[in-house]
Amino acid sequence: MYGKKRVAIVGAGLTLFRRRLKETGKELAYEASKMALDAAGLELKDIQSVVLGTAPDAFDGVHMKGEYLADGAGAYHKPYTRVYVGGGTGVFTPLAGWWHVASGQFDSCLVVCEEKMSSCYPHPQYAFTTIFDPILERPIGMNLIWIFALEMHRYMHKHNVKKEQIALVSVKNKRNALDHPCAQLAANITVEDVLNSEIMAWPVQRLDVSPTSDGAAAAVLVSEDVAKEITDNPVWIDGVGWCIDSTHWTNRDLYYPDYVEYAARMAYKMAGIKNPPKEIDVAEPYDPFDYKELHHMEGLLLCKKGEAPKLTAEGVTQRDGDLPINPSGGLLGVGNPIAAAGMMKVCEIFWQLRGEAGKRQIPGDPRTGVAQAWGDLMQYGSVIVLRR
Amino acid sequence: MSEKVKHYPGEKVKSEDIKEGRVPTEKFTPNAKYAWSAGIAISRFLEELKNGRIIASTCSKCGRIMVPPRIYCELCFKPTDGWTYVKDTGTINTFSASYLAADASRLKEPIIVAIIDLDGASEGMGIIHKIGEVEDWKQLRIGMKVKAVWKPPEEREGAITDIKYFKPIKEATLL
Amino acid sequence: MSIEKITNPLKTRHWLGNMEAHYVYTLGVAGERFFKELKENGRIMGAKCPRCGIVYVPPRMYCEKCFAKLEEWVDVGRKGVIHTFTIATLDIDGKKLEKPEIYALIKFEGAHGGIIHKIGETDTVFIGMKVEAVLKPFEERKASINDIAYFRPVK
Repeated sequence: MYGKKRVAIVGAGLTLFRRRLKETGKELAYEASKMALDAAGLELKDIQSVVLGTAPDAFDGVHMKGEYLADGAGAYHKPYTRVYVGGGTGVFTPLAGWWHVASGQFDSCLVVCEEKMSSCYPHPQYAFTTIFDPILERPIGMNLIWIFALEMHRYMHKHNVKKEQIALVSVKNKRNALDHPCAQLAANITVEDVLNSEIMAWPVQRLDVSPTSDGAAAAVLVSEDVAKEITDNPVWIDGVGWCIDSTHWTNRDLYYPDYVEYAARMAYKMAGIKNPPKEIDVAEPYDPFDYKELHHMEGLLLCKKGEAPKLTAEGVTQRDGDLPINPSGGLLGVGNPIAAAGMMKVCEIFWQLRGEAGKRQIPGDPRTGVAQAWGDLMQYGSVIVLRR
Repeated sequence: MSEKVKHYPGEKVKSEDIKEGRVPTEKFTPNAKYAWSAGIAISRFLEELKNGRIIASTCSKCGRIMVPPRIYCELCFKPTDGWTYVKDTGTINTFSASYLAADASRLKEPIIVAIIDLDGASEGMGIIHKIGEVEDWKQLRIGMKVKAVWKPPEEREGAITDIKYFKPIKEATLL
Repeated sequence: MSIEKITNPLKTRHWLGNMEAHYVYTLGVAGERFFKELKENGRIMGAKCPRCGIVYVPPRMYCEKCFAKLEEWVDVGRKGVIHTFTIATLDIDGKKLEKPEIYALIKFEGAHGGIIHKIGETDTVFIGMKVEAVLKPFEERKASINDIAYFRPVK
């Protein structure tokens, strides 16, 4: 165990994920935060610190977005920190919350993630193009989808994987999402539907991609002493890991995310996990595209390199399989409000371990779960290990 | 989740509601313009592109020859030691055929974009650029050799676009 | 290299560009109700916290102090007091305005917070000056802060 105190999650909250919500960013942050507090049976005055994660200001269109959202996240007159690592934010925010409580400085921390991508008009795409190098990459006319297409193609080439095998992930996740009350794009589709969908940038087709969304998610973190007083069912944060690679993404082989592996090893070492596929009962790897679930399963050391498509085809990753992957429906099914998406996964593992996931509950008695998020310019991995 | 939770907050809004004024909104377009400094390494890179050459930087500790060039080696975290030219030929590391333009509008003819590992640079040192003079992109393969097609000298301005695109060269390909 | 002395970015080797983005902001659940009241009924509303007793102007969905949901809305009237003001001489792009404009933070009695708006029909203002809102004619209102044309001194 690292840090002075063990840290537990005792409540979680989630808004609907939709292409466009009426609420302002502040209101979204409030709704998720209030739900998490109510679930934990706590009031705002019980919260000593707040960490908020949200992606570029360019989506919401409000400069200094962290400060704007602060009061909606309950941070009025409190110690407050905004963190941002692109898509990795959703898992990094509870990590930063963990620092607050594990250090012994605070007994409680409210962690919130919010994203309102719909303000960027006509499509949040515009905010993404500025991620590229302005001198060497943008003049070529880059579209965000290209980097995923290039990475997907490299993965397919290296392991000789066909599109049909990858499409199974989209089918599984969208179907899993039918049982998620907040899901944006839950559906019963087939591999054929995916292969016949519009080609965006080959090999990426429309049904391979998760949508842009508005939404927020939150959780309450407390120290061990407080957890024991307020609940019989705390979920412990036993492992944290994070790692970044450079933005020279054209200088490396994109078929494998080293940085996810390093973050995973860091988290597993802290949690004392030596054999991930055997010791982990459920995992929520980041899946903004279907091939990314496979890419990250391998980066999380849940299987050997190139083995993920086989496990998917054999049904191992279904909810009733040996290693359920993305029982929530993932980003493909539930939605992708950049920062809140990863936090949704952390909330899902929290509910799964407590047996509160309703129709999405995986059978057996899951005790150890992993959530992972990925972000920036193909460069960042954050991993959290939760245990009951 | 709670079987205890009956209501998940969030009020959905359709784009028609906004277009037809049922949901009031405020519109704003920021006026942000930039003059990005190329920096020391890339300024040299751009000068050399104007001369029809591609330059890389070298690190004596790890031995890498790096493109795009940089003034520090990010692995060794020390200043890079020198400059060296690399060839304007290379191998396709990965590619995509995009029917989306930069502004997400749909294209009839796809743009072929690729990461090209340049000959003379360290293994896996690629740059991103377009592939041109391709009749059927489905015939392209990872591992194919390509060569840069440059703009004529008088049209070059010291930009990555001084290379128009890379084209496949007809010789035996290795995988 | 003498790059240390250069202060104009256009004198170094550079690349010009912009960050292209357009925004369409929803007003929010609370905001939409506030602006609809302003547009349709010409009323300036506040929201009251049942626990703290604070009335927030502009109204919000939640109390920032105790996090309670705010369901009770009250009409705070059209009259307020100048809490602070400034005289602007430059526009949003930094260009000189033809005529200086006065902007003030106007507070309403019994309410927390206030509205920032233009002061019109006068060239002199002072902190503590009583002002009232002048609304645009009904047909010109769009559910926007500019449905109030400006605040003018109370006669």
